[in-house]
Parts: sequence; structure tokens; C-alpha cells
Amino acid sequence: MSETTKTKAGISQAEAIDFVWREADVLDRADYQTWLKMWSKHGLYIIPINPDETDFENTLNITYDDAGMRRMRVDRLSGGFAISAAPAARTVRLLSRFVETDCGPETISLRAAFFLTEDKLGRQIQHTGTIEYDLIREGGALVMSKKVVRLINANGELNAISYLF
Amino acid sequence: MNEIKTDIQPDWSKQVDDDRIRTSMYKDPAIFDAEMEKIFGRTWVWVAHTSEVPDKGSFKTSHVGKQPVIVCRDRKGALHVLLNRCRHRGATVCEHTSGKTSSFQCPYHGWGYALDGSLRAIPYIDGYSEDFDKAEYGLKRLKVDVYNGMIFATFNPEAEPLEDFLGNAKVWIDLFMKQGAGYPVEVIGEHQFSFPGNWKIQLENTTDAYHFPVVHKTFLQSLDAEAADTFAFLEGDGYVEDLGNGHSVMVAMPEMVDLEEDLERPIPKRFEELAEILRETHEEEHVRRIVRAVGGCGFNLNLFPNAACSMAFFRILRPIQADETAIRHLAIGMQGGPKAANQMRLRLHEHFQGPMGFGSPDDAEVWERIQRGTDAGPDLDIMVNRGIGLQKPSENGLDVGDVTAETGMRSAYQMWKRMMSQ
Repeated sequence: MSETTKTKAGISQAEAIDFVWREADVLDRADYQTWLKMWSKHGLYIIPINPDETDFENTLNITYDDAGMRRMRVDRLSGGFAISAAPAARTVRLLSRFVETDCGPETISLRAAFFLTEDKLGRQIQHTGTIEYDLIREGGALVMSKKVVRLINANGELNAISYLF
Repeated sequence: MNEIKTDIQPDWSKQVDDDRIRTSMYKDPAIFDAEMEKIFGRTWVWVAHTSEVPDKGSFKTSHVGKQPVIVCRDRKGALHVLLNRCRHRGATVCEHTSGKTSSFQCPYHGWGYALDGSLRAIPYIDGYSEDFDKAEYGLKRLKVDVYNGMIFATFNPEAEPLEDFLGNAKVWIDLFMKQGAGYPVEVIGEHQFSFPGNWKIQLENTTDAYHFPVVHKTFLQSLDAEAADTFAFLEGDGYVEDLGNGHSVMVAMPEMVDLEEDLERPIPKRFEELAEILRETHEEEHVRRIVRAVGGCGFNLNLFPNAACSMAFFRILRPIQADETAIRHLAIGMQGGPKAANQMRLRLHEHFQGPMGFGSPDDAEVWERIQRGTDAGPDLDIMVNRGIGLQKPSENGLDVGDVTAETGMRSAYQMWKRMMSQ
């Protein structure tokens, strides 16, 4: 395969945006089994605490999930035994302000703003932040190889989150 | 009818019996205000760990009760705890959570303070008469002392020495700090949250082993069989010991009290990969010491009124109002220690703590439920009688109950009663 065809077979911004919107929809519907399939095997799901953190492995995060932790997290949220997540909050999230930050033959990186409202026990809480996605194509389908959710208040007080960002 | 004002102090001792407390202990703003004065205003309160203010000029903002303070080191390295309030018109002089500085300056009129709190600079000083004495207007200083890296402060100049106040708890602090495995213990990050409930609900929880299998079912489900067995401590030989002065320790895993004992014990499966990495750079004995340290201690030490050395982290509570409490969970690691070991400690901390941890959110949920539930039945009491009649005396002559006993809560409430009656 020549370089040209690789580029042609690359990932367009529109395809990437379609993917992250679908992921947002999957999360709002708490369809976590589908969500697990939207990941590359070695993907990392990270929610850092420090606003500008880049060394996630050597700092404390809110999540630093490999495939094993993602699976356990989904089990916890779906199992009905976690008292803080049964019932879970209902959520609606919007993604916008997409910026393509990097691209390769079979990869694309996007940065997007998100705004999420949760409702639980009659209380509504808003969470806002930036999400960085690294997407790759595996077996013809897009999957996430990294997702970094930077909540604007991650280094302040944050109470129980009964869903996924 | 007009309110009749008297100077008669309410008799707070009626709030606490040996085996129960009144529901108003969680609810009454008047009790909360009295606690801020008689407890947080008088005793030693944890404000920071020395690793949070490592150098000359390092500072960290904190609280003593509701009052904001700055913990800092001056140019000679001496520790100070200063009220974060300009002596002129009251503005905070520092709004950064931590950092390094050579002075604190009020943003309003520019009064400048040295790191020991003394007032150094006043713009346009000619506006004050000659008898104005800068020495009278330093940032208010609290009494400060340190035990094994834990910095405490008190408003009370007459407070007993910190070591006397900690008393029987000191040996447990020393045991806890063995998690450095020969390296200095260092704070390596923190999760912060708050819950709409009274601070004593959190204080109780630290020595409450009884809740663990119920509230933390999903955490236990996420462990491998060996780790789940370690955490099935209600079946074991653990105990809760009153340490005096409101302090207590809940020993969940007696085999993990002294991390330097029995180092030849087999390494648990979940730590084998870490041990292999460490063996490349460390002798076998040190590998075993580090691995044991990474797993944390098998006990929760509760220090009245606001701190805990809880298995592998510091838990610090801050009362905000009768029904609002802020909490910090500080992760600790080995300063200069092996990266792989500190990474594992971070991952273990993330697993249980934080807003998306497998443990903390469920704790916060039940604490809030207590605050909500106690809207009902104001005439009913909160029971802390579990283990009464089954306790034995410790070598200190204080009570020891089984691991599920509410011995630690009773210890805290007797101290509460003593302090509130003064």
C-alpha cells in the first residue's frame, strides 16, 4: 500500500466527531457494554486532578483505567450494589468546539468541550470540561486509544459521580 | 415575647451518654458553634504534613475548624501557622493552596507580612500617628508542633504539649509511617469532597469496621480472591482500642500492624509483578519491605478531632456547618522511592478514593443518608453501644472491643463531652 492510499484511508474529522458523539450518547444511555467495545485493548481512560497534568502515571488521578479497571468500573456501576450509584444520576451531555490536534494514517486526535448535567434525587449538578480523544482504526472500526477528561474543577471538591464522563 | 438572654451556658454534657448520643449532635447549629469554640478553638488540630511545606518559603493553606490558616516555613525553616486574615481590614492575604513565597501581601492596601507573620510593610505609613506599633499587628500566630511529620496547631496557648495530647496514639503514628519503607513519607496527591452532614458522622466512620462488607460490597467484588480474603476482616482477630483523649485505633488486619515484621511471608499475588520490577534494583529484603509498605497498614488510627491515619492515606475532615463537612483524602508515597512502587500506591488510592473511586462515594452516600434520616425522630438517639459488656482492658487500662465494636466512637464522644463541659 502506498502512502497516498494510507492517507485516503485515514480518519476524517467528520468521522471522528461522529464517533465521539455516539460515545456521548452511549454514556448518557448508560450502555456500558457497548462503551467497553469502543476501546482499544491498551486504551487508557484518564480523569486527572491537576489542570495541566501530562504525567498521569506518576500523579494522582480521579481515574486511570486500563481495560481491567474499565471492566470493573462498569461492573460496579451496573451491578446494583453500589449504594451511591443505585439509582445512578441521569445525564445529558453536549460536545462541541472540536479541534483536531493531531492525525496520522490511521489515527486522529480531537479536543472538545463538554457540558454535562446530572439529575439525582431532585438535584441538578453541572460538570464542564475539555475532553481529549485519541482515536485509532482497528479492524475497520474506530476505537479510543486514550481519553483524557479535564474537568474544570477537578482539583477542587468533587462528590460522588455515579456515571462515566 | 422578647427573647430572654442569659449568661448561663447550656449543659452540653446531656448530649452524650456512655452508649448513645442525642440526634441534635448532628443537627443543632448552637452545638456546632460551641464545638468550634470549645473543641476546635482549644485543642490540637491537624493542619498539614511536613512534606506539603518542604522548603524555606513553602506554604500551604489549611483550616483550624472554620478559620482559614496558612502553614508556612520561614527563611530559617521554622514552621508557622498564621491566621489568613490581614490585621488591617480583614482580607485574606493568601488564596493559593500551596507554593513558595518570601512574604504575604494583603491585596487591599498592600500591608506586607514576613513568613513568621510579623508586619513589615505599610504603604503610606505617615497616615498613622507615631504611637502606631507595627509589632502589634502581625498575622495572628497559632501554637504549632510536629509529631513524625504531622503538623498540628492550636489557638490555645495553654494547650498541653502535643506529645501528651497524642499520648497512646504516638506508637500507632510511628507504625503508620513505616509505609515509607525507609524513605520519607510524602503526600503525593489528594482527593477532596464534601458531604451534607455533620463532621462527627465522618469521625465515627474511621473506626467503624462494621459497615465495610455492607457499604463496600462493590469494592470487595473488584478484588482478587486473596485481597478479598484480606478485607474480610470482620471474621478475623481485629479489635478496636480506646487510646485516650478521644483517639482510637481500629485494627482490621492484625498481621499488617507492623510492616517490618515477618518480611519472609509470601508476597501476595497482586504484588508479584511489582516485586519483580523492584528486584532489578533492590535487595530482596528491601523489595519485601517496599512491597509490604505499598499494601498499606492494617489499621485506621483516629485522632480527635479531625485527622486519621487510615490504612494507606491521611483523612482530614473540616467542619463547615452543622450539616456540611469537607474532607481531604491525601495519598502518601515514598519520597525518592521506586517509581513503580509509588505508581502502585497511586493506583490503589484511585481504586478506593475519589469521586469515582470504588469506596469513598458509597461512604459519602451513607453519611448523607444519616443526615437525612435524622430529620425523623428527633427524640430518638444515635446508638454507639455495640460491644459494651464484651470489652476487655488494654495494657493502658482502656477499653478494647472486637473489630466491629463502637469503642472508638465512645472514646471520641467521651472526649467531646469532657471538652464541651469545660
